[in-house]
Amino acid sequence: MSNNILHVENITMQFGGVIAVNGLNLDIPEGKIVALIGPNGAGKTTAFNCITGVYEPTNGLVEFNGKAIVRNHPHGKMKKNYKGQDGDKYHGTIVANTTDVITKGGIARTFQNIRLWKTMTVFENVLLAKHMKAKQNVFSAIFRLNKKEEARMREETMKLLEEQGLDKFKDEIATSLPYGLQRRLEIARALATEPKLLMLDEPAAGMNPQETQELADFIKEIRDKYNLTIFLIEHHMDLVMKISDYIYVIDFGTEIAQGVPSEIQSNQKVIDAYLGVAEDE
Amino acid sequence: MKTKKITKGTLITLILIFAVLIATVILENTINANSILFTVIRKGAVYSLVAVSMNLLNGFTGLFSLGQAGFMLLGAYAYAILTIPDGVRDSVYYLFRGSSFHFSTVGFFEGILGSEGAAGFVSLILGVLIAIIVAGLVAALFAFLIGLPVLRLKSDYLAIATLGFAEILRAIFQWDKLGKVTNGANALRGYPTFSDFNITNEKGIVVLRLSSVVPLIIAGLCIFVIVLLINSSYGRAFKAVRDDEIAAEAMGINLAKHKSLSFCISSFFAGVGGALFAMFASTVQAKTFTSALTYEIFLIVVIGGIGSITGSCIASFFYIACSEWWLRFLDNTQYIGDYQIPLFRNGFRMVVFSVVIMIIVLFFRNGIFGHKELADIIDRKKKKKPGETAAADSSEKESTQEGETI
Repeated sequence: MSNNILHVENITMQFGGVIAVNGLNLDIPEGKIVALIGPNGAGKTTAFNCITGVYEPTNGLVEFNGKAIVRNHPHGKMKKNYKGQDGDKYHGTIVANTTDVITKGGIARTFQNIRLWKTMTVFENVLLAKHMKAKQNVFSAIFRLNKKEEARMREETMKLLEEQGLDKFKDEIATSLPYGLQRRLEIARALATEPKLLMLDEPAAGMNPQETQELADFIKEIRDKYNLTIFLIEHHMDLVMKISDYIYVIDFGTEIAQGVPSEIQSNQKVIDAYLGVAEDE
Repeated sequence: MKTKKITKGTLITLILIFAVLIATVILENTINANSILFTVIRKGAVYSLVAVSMNLLNGFTGLFSLGQAGFMLLGAYAYAILTIPDGVRDSVYYLFRGSSFHFSTVGFFEGILGSEGAAGFVSLILGVLIAIIVAGLVAALFAFLIGLPVLRLKSDYLAIATLGFAEILRAIFQWDKLGKVTNGANALRGYPTFSDFNITNEKGIVVLRLSSVVPLIIAGLCIFVIVLLINSSYGRAFKAVRDDEIAAEAMGINLAKHKSLSFCISSFFAGVGGALFAMFASTVQAKTFTSALTYEIFLIVVIGGIGSITGSCIASFFYIACSEWWLRFLDNTQYIGDYQIPLFRNGFRMVVFSVVIMIIVLFFRNGIFGHKELADIIDRKKKKKPGETAAADSSEKESTQEGETI
């Protein structure tokens, strides 16, 4: 499948004896909005962290644009204790990239609990996302030999802020913004890294229905405007059902269903996972 | 291209710095040159550079390191070993029957330019400058090597590791087997100090005293470079690492690279500070670079405000003035009329000092400036003029809250 921008195969994350994510397979087609849902503690954020390099998964393969960005198999101590499947499928070279390398490759993410740089202004928060692609070195930066590049970075940042309607807050300290705007700023910061795939971890957490509604439109809008593929984790079902093209449902680290929103809504397994099953039946 | 507007606050700060430089030159040439004031200025300049370098690491990058004394030691030894003139070298190293190192940067330039008059002065300046830069580079090199394993550690663990490194270094430099290089536990001396920068006439009488303004200028230049760094893209990246490492990494900032960079640059300037300290003290001995020195500097950083460059500078002069000058009287027995004040005896100064420090740490945790600069404060006052007291109050509240979360 050539048009899958992200291909996740058999990702297993085992912490000690606990398997947080178990043999997860995902395929995310380019230009679509794909959601990952599941009850609390299902392993959604862990899956995110495995893809973005925060965790090194115990087993499995992640390919981005056809290139392996994560590839691992149980080794060392984990070899004996491994409880998942396909423990010997991914033998060979281990690919483990740190988050910054993966971000440079074109995957940007936001966080469940907003992680803005709290002493910096809105402008600086977005400006710094441009730092990684700058060609300057520390000497040219100190002695201001990079004026052209710095000016270009500032211009791009300003343009992005204007597009996101954040320009009037540009000199405010980032964490002094209202909650909804902080979310938006975090997304703007992620966009500043010029990603191809944007991963949103519960973008609507803590938002009221009105704000959630706006967010849904906003996500679609940025998808079209910046040619993005969007992969999100969300608990607000109305948001998920409304915007996603495809949904994966996981519970206890294992996939229990996948399909288009209408299929998921009527899936008995999903309803059971969310509402619980009666003991005697 | 947009040029950044220079605010009034920045301008006033620059004018103040310039005024201090001129005042120092004038004062030194008019009043008694042996006054304790000049000791305070020299030592204060050295300490402010080291404090700012520590602030770069602890305040701006959020790496809690306590290795500053170790890097100062490296800088001081590198400077001294490089600049002791060949003539006196053997007498300095007499316990080890001479040094294994026969080169002096000043001597090298004197060999090219000549050692008389103006040429001698130029070769002195060049030699000292080269030696200072090498001193910084030596410290930075060690920082790079130490940083490879140590920078994986976080907060307290990093502090313990760097503290240990500084102590080990101090022990190694006192080791007899290295005597031909480090002169063992004995002092190195005879190298150019600040007083060599006083301009003398042919008869050897001082015409123009520069010995206090030279450390101010060198330290000032180094601090200026640090300020430029902090306001550059890299400085912002350092702050991002401090504020939120995970977010920084997710935004493409290479943590290992930036931490190592900050550690090396901070150590470079600590090394330069060590070289200046050697020039100030006129002897170098490993036993002066104890962890107590690091604590002194850390204290200055805390008093000035973690994350404030001007805070560190002002606090270091203030601290040195207190410990060397203003609180000296506490160490001597004092009389009011015939009544001898109790407790005033040798060592009482340190007791009072400790109490003052405890009060600062308990009640003024943000230090003098918090993480603002002098320029910000001046600008803010200017804006406040039309009676915006409410806004000022709320901003003060914010800053105290920030202090509590830290």
